[in-house]
Amino acid sequence: MTKIPAWVDIALIPFINLLLALIVSGLVILYIGENPFEAISIMVNGAIGSAYGWGYTLYYATNFIFTGLAVAVAYQARFFNIGGEGQAAIGSLGVALVCLAVPWPHWLLALPAAIIIGALFGAAWAAIPAYLQAKRGSHIVITTIMFNFIASALLVYLLVNVMKPAGVMAPETARFPEGAHLPNGYDMFSWLGFSRSAPMNVTFFVAVACCVLVYLLIWRTRLGYQIRAFGQSEKAAVYAGINPVKITMITMLISGGLAGLMGINAVMGEAERLVIDPVQGAGFVGIAVALMGRNHPLGVFLAGLLFGMLYQGGGELEFEIPAVSREMILVIQAMVILFTGALDNMIRRPFEKFFARQQKAGA
Amino acid sequence: MDWATIIPILDATLRAATPLLFVCLAGLFSERSGIIDIGLEGKLLISAFFSASIAAMTNSVWLGLLAGIGASLGLSLIHGVASITFRGNQLISGVALNFLASGLTVVIGENWFGLGGRTPQLEGPGRFQPIDLPGAYALQDVPVIGPIYSGLISGHTILVYGAFVTVALTWWVLYRTRFGLHLRAVGENPESVDTAGISVTRLRYAAIVIAGVLCGIGGAYLATGLAAGFVKEMSAGRGYIALAALIFAKWRPWYALGACLLFGFLDAIGNRFQNIELLGINIPTQFMQALPYILTVVILAGFVGKAIPPRAGGQPYVKER
Repeated sequence: MTKIPAWVDIALIPFINLLLALIVSGLVILYIGENPFEAISIMVNGAIGSAYGWGYTLYYATNFIFTGLAVAVAYQARFFNIGGEGQAAIGSLGVALVCLAVPWPHWLLALPAAIIIGALFGAAWAAIPAYLQAKRGSHIVITTIMFNFIASALLVYLLVNVMKPAGVMAPETARFPEGAHLPNGYDMFSWLGFSRSAPMNVTFFVAVACCVLVYLLIWRTRLGYQIRAFGQSEKAAVYAGINPVKITMITMLISGGLAGLMGINAVMGEAERLVIDPVQGAGFVGIAVALMGRNHPLGVFLAGLLFGMLYQGGGELEFEIPAVSREMILVIQAMVILFTGALDNMIRRPFEKFFARQQKAGA
Repeated sequence: MDWATIIPILDATLRAATPLLFVCLAGLFSERSGIIDIGLEGKLLISAFFSASIAAMTNSVWLGLLAGIGASLGLSLIHGVASITFRGNQLISGVALNFLASGLTVVIGENWFGLGGRTPQLEGPGRFQPIDLPGAYALQDVPVIGPIYSGLISGHTILVYGAFVTVALTWWVLYRTRFGLHLRAVGENPESVDTAGISVTRLRYAAIVIAGVLCGIGGAYLATGLAAGFVKEMSAGRGYIALAALIFAKWRPWYALGACLLFGFLDAIGNRFQNIELLGINIPTQFMQALPYILTVVILAGFVGKAIPPRAGGQPYVKER
């Protein structure tokens, strides 16, 4: 294996991958008879061209940072947590229970409680797959997929049969009390021009704090070292006295907890009630975000912003060019995952060959 | 419970099990060769869309079937290039393909038909029609045999019968042909196959192509046999249920038939009854819907017989130099 320079590895290759993803998506837009450059300019403008756009972009980004961190942390131990969707749904359930159970006097009290319970619920939903992986060797990818479906069925059941207030048709809980209302972009920064309806809220800062905490955990603590060592080589880690069952459990609990926190943003910050699908696919977007961000918190933050822009811009795109449906976002997202994740070697290999030749020539 | 209740449920079971069976066998070929396929759902969906679209345009369900297989093959080949040629992560490739199918089917569908992601309603030669087996009408009133033969076995589309034939064919290919032996070996120990002078790459591509064709047929059945046209996200998790059935069946063809029939039966029951009372306990429909997944987790946990996947599954093969 030859070393390629760091800037090529973390900047150039992801950039080329992203470019390829955009080119292929552009071809799809071209095929349906629209101008891809116009589409891109509408998306960028819609996402970050106004305070209104930012209010949505940052909201989506908050969701994706949480689910992206969840995937990234699990990946440090080389687990592919595809269950962010279910963990976030159960985390949302926890957040809703907190908000409904107590007549909160102020959000400063409600938020810490929601953080604890949301993370606990998300972690609990990751605990069973983690235990089965650690103790019984059941493949965590498959079990977490199964748990996504079980979570969705559970949520539907609870909303339809238990949590729905009497006399309401829609399967959703009652609105949360006023004291559980989190300050949104308008409440905090109305002078920046955020609109009243903008769903971006204080949870964004919780997400940023989580990025910092995950960085410190993974690269600055003994536990983080153990997680990384376990991921690099399970055999070596066990030989060094690291308990594989413990690391598997802890890593997955942290991962599930982070996914669960997404519920604060979506349920407490935006909808202010629990609806039937609070996660809206963000758990899966987290996979793309972690891939793009190279499983590093800073990368996850930037990739989260990028996908936030994609989601908000994609919404604007459908509004401006009705011929392009909102599902175009999914195509772009698929291309990003495909090129940055699955087809990464396609771009990486030529670079490796190039730098190998350079080294040989230099020696 | 009498015949009049049981037969329609079993009849619905067969219909619900058919797409599961095609997709499950597709996954079986793929995973037995060492390529994990999370993208079954996407292949099913994209095939459903293209088969319904082409059937609507040409008014020929057979051309639709071909188009569905073609679309599914396209995704298969992307999966192959990513996971075999470029040795990428197979799980990630599968996730990407599922998104691609969800997105493309609506974006293109909206562009072609402008019906909010639907295709036009199919009728006549645009759909697979039920086939009355010989003597079904004559035997109708014979007790026991009558309801079972005319009500249950007769009157399905050709693809339903095809699914059952495919199970036997899969078994035969896998356990009675040289290709099948190689295929099973490449999923367990690719080095040994390579040493024997057989190309791992070619075998795995062959498996992936078979998987693409089978998913394509499954998708075509969904949109042109079971339903009369494509609806957005119509695969509705069937690809994942098939994946669950594959694990439930421990990667074996005849067990796959059993698992798909069981999951199809759960689906049929869930559709027929809103609430089921069992031993005085009211079982919610959501529980019935989640049951395939719960059962699979139990099997995976190894409490009821251990499910051991093909050993080389998920790992790209790097030839020794």
